[in-house]
Amino acid sequence: MTDLNSKYNQLIAENLEKVESHSSDIMNNGRHEAKDIFSKKGIPSIKNEDYKYTNLLPLYNQEWSLPDFNAPMPFTNIDDIFRCDVPNLDTNIVLTVNGQYYEFQGDKETLPEGMIIGGLAEMSKKHPELVEKHLFKQASQETDSLIALNKALAVDGLFMYVPKGAAFEKPIQIVNLLLGDKPLLTHKRHLIVAEERSHAQIVICDHTLSAERFFDNSVTEIVVNEGALLEYYNIQNQHNGSSQITSVFANVHKDATFHTSTISLHGGLIRNNLRIALIGEGAHADASGLSLTDREQHVDNQTFIEHRVPNCTSNQFFKSVLDEKSTTAFTGRILVQPDAQHTNAYQSNKSLLLTDEASSNSRPQLEIYADDVKCSHGATTGQMDDEALFYMQQRGINSREAKLLLMYAFAFEVIEKVKVEPLAIRIEDLVNKRLRGELSRCNNCEIQCH
Amino acid sequence: MLSIKNLHASIEGQEILKGINLEVKPGEVHAIMGPNGSGKSTLASVLAGRDIFEVTDGEVTFQGENLLEKEPDERAKDGLFLSFQYPVEIPGVSMVNFMRAAVNEVRKHRGEPELKSSDFLKVLRDKKALVEIDSRLTNRSVNEGFSGGEKKKNEIFQMAMLEPKLSILDETDSGLDIDALRIVANGVNKLKTPENSTIVITHYQRLLDYIVPDVVHILYNGKIVKSGGKELALDLEKHGYDWIKKEMEA
Ligand SMILES: Nc1ncnc2c1ncn2[C@@H]1O[C@H](COP(=O)(O)OP(=O)(O)OP(=O)(O)O)[C@@H](O)[C@H]1O
Ligand SMILES: [Mg+2]
Repeated sequence: MTDLNSKYNQLIAENLEKVESHSSDIMNNGRHEAKDIFSKKGIPSIKNEDYKYTNLLPLYNQEWSLPDFNAPMPFTNIDDIFRCDVPNLDTNIVLTVNGQYYEFQGDKETLPEGMIIGGLAEMSKKHPELVEKHLFKQASQETDSLIALNKALAVDGLFMYVPKGAAFEKPIQIVNLLLGDKPLLTHKRHLIVAEERSHAQIVICDHTLSAERFFDNSVTEIVVNEGALLEYYNIQNQHNGSSQITSVFANVHKDATFHTSTISLHGGLIRNNLRIALIGEGAHADASGLSLTDREQHVDNQTFIEHRVPNCTSNQFFKSVLDEKSTTAFTGRILVQPDAQHTNAYQSNKSLLLTDEASSNSRPQLEIYADDVKCSHGATTGQMDDEALFYMQQRGINSREAKLLLMYAFAFEVIEKVKVEPLAIRIEDLVNKRLRGELSRCNNCEIQCH
Repeated sequence: MLSIKNLHASIEGQEILKGINLEVKPGEVHAIMGPNGSGKSTLASVLAGRDIFEVTDGEVTFQGENLLEKEPDERAKDGLFLSFQYPVEIPGVSMVNFMRAAVNEVRKHRGEPELKSSDFLKVLRDKKALVEIDSRLTNRSVNEGFSGGEKKKNEIFQMAMLEPKLSILDETDSGLDIDALRIVANGVNKLKTPENSTIVITHYQRLLDYIVPDVVHILYNGKIVKSGGKELALDLEKHGYDWIKKEMEA
């Protein structure tokens, strides 16, 4: 066993009891098993094919502490935190702080009847049968030891239950905040269940509130039941000393749609795992991602879409704009099972390199075991089109603005997939500011984007 | 307006322009003709500031100022317009936003206020009518999926929007059908004032029946080898370039 792995085994061993006492029986169920699986497998190195493009060892080698699970919250109102000049979204806000559910700040009246929203630890005591039915059912810790690490150490997270036929007046915005006065290693576990024919829009915003280093590992399990539509948007905007691994697992049932988009603006190392299983006929998945990177940022998106039954469709559309020495990677695996006739699967990955030092890797992996299948994929990596730049300059637009227009045009193809209009507008604004280098200059905001 | 003296330019170490001299006065129309590969588009690109070409010798003044030291967008804002032989497609950038940005840049440079949205749209409508382009084209991305002829019309539409002092039209007639040729030529003529000047690069006398040049130049192997009145174009039409080549070799 390497020193690194024994360090984490020790961390788990030392904290297991404390973690358990702040969590719930249902969440504690299997914690020891997870600990054993992790201890057997250890932190994945780049020799592991799944982590070929993302070297986690330097990160895990740094010194980290787990958060104080009893810490009082240093603020009371979300408006005190967000002082950016981006227009406010009209949403119901749910806050988590360092991986623990904090509170619901919104208008409970606007929530549909039967809707449950709260901390996973608390809700698994209040609604044990609902949570137990779905928790730990999808996220496989056998294939990824970091899922086991999350399971061993996650104290809390969010539970959201959308009852049959329910629809929302407003999107639910989950704001994950990280703050602390020492480098923190955080783990959180979310569970989202959308019952039959319901429709919900969820917006996840990841933010850092202090300049310390953070490293978050979050796992989200999602169930989209028959005929439901779940939209799940994630805006990753942390300072560049902050890293995160997100793993989203979604089971999509008959005639249901899972629509997800991840916008990565700032952050150190970001690894997003997206695993979607289309398990009922007529299920549909739409997954897109946009990352705008600079300095030494690294964003790695790994998707795995499984077509298990006939007549399902999936679309994937991932783009990145890379500046300075940043790097991105995309691995898109599509698995079409023998039964999944009439599958329609599409995948595209495009990167725009602004410097010679930036680099991006793209790796499509298609495994098709059915014969009546439409499956296409494409990847391009390119530089800014000089001729287009010159054309715009010839009409009086200076080179900086011309470049921005081109970058923006490139990014817009992903932004337009965001169906919550105020969110799309806000993302447009954030992307514009990000491309102009202005995000790092919002000075009266607590949120430390850099 | 424009004064070119002994202009030499090369690309990848290969000299393409080998000492061009040209004077264009306000209000004049000059035609440049010449065989394929003689350097016509290169001259246009160098004047517009395309940096893949290296100017190795000579000087160019535009409205009394040194043109060559300016950035392409500054040249455009000073009133130099190039209608490209091969207009580039820019997916994702809408014609409307592109033109709004361009028009406002040019206005800012002239010390005029930005156009109000409604005023801008009115100008857009008027100018579209001038070159009779399909109004749906302006809702699309710049040149994306435009037919060859639509791209050329779109160039003249942009010229109408920007009201340049000097327009260089690089084979704007190629790819246009007979009606479109007439429309485009009429558009150019309507935009003509006693002050602004035009350089028309073409292979065909036909365009010059509509846009009547004051002077016709023949560019051959990187040099202007002959200049004359509009009848020079007729001679070329009749005899081709062989007699020029013979004259050069003699
Ligand atoms: N980007 C480039 N790279 C290399 N050579 C070039 C480039 N652009 C032009 N040239 C060369 O310069 C010479 C002049 O080309 P140019 O396009 O100016 O000709 P032209 O007179 O406009 O021809 P045409 O009538 O066919 O449009 C040609 O030999 C061409 O191959
Ligand atoms: Mg040419």
